Amino acid sequence: MVFETFSPDETYELARRIGEKAAAGQVYLLNGDLGVGKTLFSQGFAAGLGVSEYVNSPTFTIMQIYDDGRLPMYHFDVYRIGDVSEMDEIGYEEYFYGEGVCLIEWAELVEEILPDDAVSILIEKDIARGVDYRKISIEGLEL
Amino acid sequence: MRMSDKDVTILAIESSCDETAAAVIRNGRECLSSVISTQIALHTEFGGVVPEIASRKHIEKITPVVDEAIRMSGVDLKDMDAIAVTYGPGLVGSLLVGVAFAKSMAFALDKPLIGVHHIEGHIAANFLTHPELEPPFACLVVSGGHTHLVVVKDYGEYEILGRTRDDAAGEAFDKVARAIGLGYPGGPKIDKLCKTQGNPHAIAFPQAKVNGSEYDFSFSGIKSAVLNYINQAQMKGEEIDRADLAASFQHAVVSALVNRAVGASKEYGFKTLAMAGGVASNSYLRKMMDEECEKAGIKLYYPEPILCTDNAAMIGAAAYYEYIKGVRHGYDLNASPNLKLGER
Repeated sequence: MVFETFSPDETYELARRIGEKAAAGQVYLLNGDLGVGKTLFSQGFAAGLGVSEYVNSPTFTIMQIYDDGRLPMYHFDVYRIGDVSEMDEIGYEEYFYGEGVCLIEWAELVEEILPDDAVSILIEKDIARGVDYRKISIEGLEL
Repeated sequence: MRMSDKDVTILAIESSCDETAAAVIRNGRECLSSVISTQIALHTEFGGVVPEIASRKHIEKITPVVDEAIRMSGVDLKDMDAIAVTYGPGLVGSLLVGVAFAKSMAFALDKPLIGVHHIEGHIAANFLTHPELEPPFACLVVSGGHTHLVVVKDYGEYEILGRTRDDAAGEAFDKVARAIGLGYPGGPKIDKLCKTQGNPHAIAFPQAKVNGSEYDFSFSGIKSAVLNYINQAQMKGEEIDRADLAASFQHAVVSALVNRAVGASKEYGFKTLAMAGGVASNSYLRKMMDEECEKAGIKLYYPEPILCTDNAAMIGAAAYYEYIKGVRHGYDLNASPNLKLGER
């Protein structure tokens, strides 16, 4: 499925709809270049899950847990991960195969350990179509 | 070293991110020793902090770093009143090294153990540089992982007025520096470049407003505007002036920090404002904050640069005020990567 959005609000709304339908045990992979809106998408997704806490970029702590929503949300940002073995230290399996929903920003950096049935989301810009235009390609999910 | 019975001497350990550090602090204000071993050179080739390298190096460094801090302080280990350690927030593997080490020492020496919040440590760094500073005051905490505008109501009592909704200020510096090829750590690289070059008013980047909270920050919008600017210039085949771009970006971030910190101080009637965290040593931020505070009649404090970046002296300073309030942690103290400010 490919979606096109023309403003941050539309991107947020799409993410919120996806979050509303997210089920326990699912893993969502979120890829796209720096500044494309991955954190914004995560915020919409979290709102759809009913998370009321602030969701910000977890680049510093690698992973942040939000447990005040409909399901626990495990929000990863693996931007700073240099080697996939470093994920072991964070105890990633507990979350990937846990009771909540995982959303992994920069998932492509840890490709080797991602579950086969994960939902893949790619956000791309096309400056020719305006600075707020985003093409959002989703695989492994029906909306 | 001679000590009176009333003196409180604390051995403090910090290992939440890049730095393995230990310090000995007397009465929360006097730094008897402070040893910092950084891994920034190691991380540079990866363009960021690599957690696994971080924790492995902490394990190698912690014993010599703590030994050196004790030796330099001239205080006998048996005369320490408590062992303090950062237990969050941070990278879990890195935090665990310090926490396990501190617990072992506290147990072996039969000394009280005090877990300290990393951000409370950053705020307390001001107590070491400025012996006269006492709460209440407003504090802007800005680093690679944090951007908070806090009221320090009393020692150990905090109220958060504003925080970042997306990227931390230092994180935005790192990401923009990477996008324009300046490398890691981004903050100091941009600061250095812009001291001598670049027009801060060359490009007007937006200062994102955050709906609902006057004092919250958003830096991801500024970061996106910088990246859009680069993309558009590339599409048109135009050359980018890196120094102008960096200076204009820095101006946008610093203006947002200064406007909210000074604005909140005025609104809440604080005549004292402090800054803390690695970004607090940014020279452009210091200059603009100095100017605006002077205009507003606000006394501004910030720690010396060595106490802005991660260190254990600040942890010892914060721990002192916990110690005199009677706070003690058990041997079940655990690393808490997402620890919230003010949480106990």
